[in-house]
Amino acid sequence: MRKAVYEEIYKLAQIDKNVVFIGSDLGRDVLKDFKQRFPSRFFMEGVSEGHLLSMCAGMAMEGKIVFVSTIAPFFVRRAFEQILVDIAMHKLPVRIIGIGGGLVYAPLGPTHMAIEDLATMRAIPHMSVVAVSDSVQMRKFIPQTLTYKGPIYIRLAKGGDPIVTPTGMPFRIGRAMEFAKGKDVYVVTTGITLQIALEARKKLSQKGYYVGVLHFPTIKPFDTKALLGITQHVKAVITIEEGVQSGGLAGIVSETIAQHSKRFVRVVSLGIGETYPVLYGSQDKQLEFFGLTSQNLIKTVERVLR
Amino acid sequence: MNVKKLVGEARFIREKILHIIEVARRGHIGSAFSIVEILVVLYENILKIDPQNPRSKKRDRFILSKGHGCLALYAVLAQKGFIPQKTLETFCAYGSILGGHPQYPKVPGVEATTGSLGHGMSIGIGMALAGRIDRVQFNVYVLLGDGECDEGTVWEAALSASKYKLDNVYVFVDYNKMQCYGSTFEVLDLEPMLDKWKSFGFDTREVNGHNAKEIYKAIKRAQTVKGKPHAIICHTVKGKGLPSIENAAGWHHKAKITDEDFEILAKDLRSVSK
Repeated sequence: MRKAVYEEIYKLAQIDKNVVFIGSDLGRDVLKDFKQRFPSRFFMEGVSEGHLLSMCAGMAMEGKIVFVSTIAPFFVRRAFEQILVDIAMHKLPVRIIGIGGGLVYAPLGPTHMAIEDLATMRAIPHMSVVAVSDSVQMRKFIPQTLTYKGPIYIRLAKGGDPIVTPTGMPFRIGRAMEFAKGKDVYVVTTGITLQIALEARKKLSQKGYYVGVLHFPTIKPFDTKALLGITQHVKAVITIEEGVQSGGLAGIVSETIAQHSKRFVRVVSLGIGETYPVLYGSQDKQLEFFGLTSQNLIKTVERVLR
Repeated sequence: MNVKKLVGEARFIREKILHIIEVARRGHIGSAFSIVEILVVLYENILKIDPQNPRSKKRDRFILSKGHGCLALYAVLAQKGFIPQKTLETFCAYGSILGGHPQYPKVPGVEATTGSLGHGMSIGIGMALAGRIDRVQFNVYVLLGDGECDEGTVWEAALSASKYKLDNVYVFVDYNKMQCYGSTFEVLDLEPMLDKWKSFGFDTREVNGHNAKEIYKAIKRAQTVKGKPHAIICHTVKGKGLPSIENAAGWHHKAKITDEDFEILAKDLRSVSK
């Protein structure tokens, strides 16, 4: 989806002269076409994330639609204030692309992995939060960002993530996507946990269990209606996210069910607990360490159904 | 440029600020009084702005990055007709458009929400770059505090302004050499102040920040220098015009001004005005 996001942004820049791209010391290959064709709208800045995001705000206040990109933690941690005060508070059309959200940069260590980004960005009033699963979703999502009101935090995964979304499946910011219907248990996903859930569902179906898979590429604004729709009949909902358990997908799902569901629904959450990803290796090894795998999901479903 | 008129304006603005304080009984008084001449020169003689058309694309933008100096900005905006004079009396009141730090776009004439230090120059740079993309000519003037220069983002912005050779960006530093706890020399020394801005690639000059003529001339000279952003270091006195509180630590912000305190301030201003 890396390739997809940049190609789609370039397409938008061709449609609307107010589209601007700003990178923070990214690789030289990023958006070469954009830079060549629209040099006045392409900015590659240094390692000054705080300044950079305020600068984005200034541009957006002048009518620009700003796409800004760097490795996720350097925006959401270091420049959290600029995101909240300069951008979100004024509902500015800045699309903040956090590269390597989740555990993508495992070999580089905990400083390079924003595992709490979905939670912290969700807490900001006026901020929208999106984590798509594959390039198909990304290609449907980015065009909608041209006219979408307000800022968006976009968690960008590794790239090369297995494509699981049918090309004909509709995508709308703010809408959940039901990938599989289920009866007693639904797995609720965001980002690349969709792929994990679908793998688990396939294996479980061979054992005669049919779990639903309800995918939320948009964490905020949350599709409350879609979630409450399934709570009418399920015994349990299992959330799985490549991020902290506190406040991200698990947070919004638990809040929604606790506050709005007319019947009791058990919520089980798979995510990262009170710890940091310090073991290097690879994203897959880290996902395994945190139990964010189809095997662990299958075990969890079986436990819940017992 | 009429020096006598500007001096008179500055006195009037100080009286206006004192009137706001009389009603509200709170504020960053010292921080507002040190920037009066800078604001008066800008708003009377420099800024291309129109209160009837506060969002015109070609307008000059002024950003009070040291947002806590807003008592002075509000008084000037009222004087120029951006906001009604009566509104000044609602400073910090519930539901007022005028708070302890200025909000955009709530207050006509305010270009950015400031209050957290270190954002204004970056926002201004973003505006200047957007203007460059659109080929619209306007100047961006940003007023920083000296304590604000402790913030790393100020220097990130300085690197950026220099990189883009933004000669339509003018940065003023209200160098009153006092921050909240005490003097800047004690808390975090900024010397050599001029050299710092020069080394970041700015066309740099220094002025007596309470001499309207000097401030005006410095801006006019800066406007002839192309290819570099500009820094004008204004040597000022925190609380200038109120001798009892000039340079006094403890007067950075007051949440509750008693009748006795107010009398001292009023007496000060009356004695200076004579």
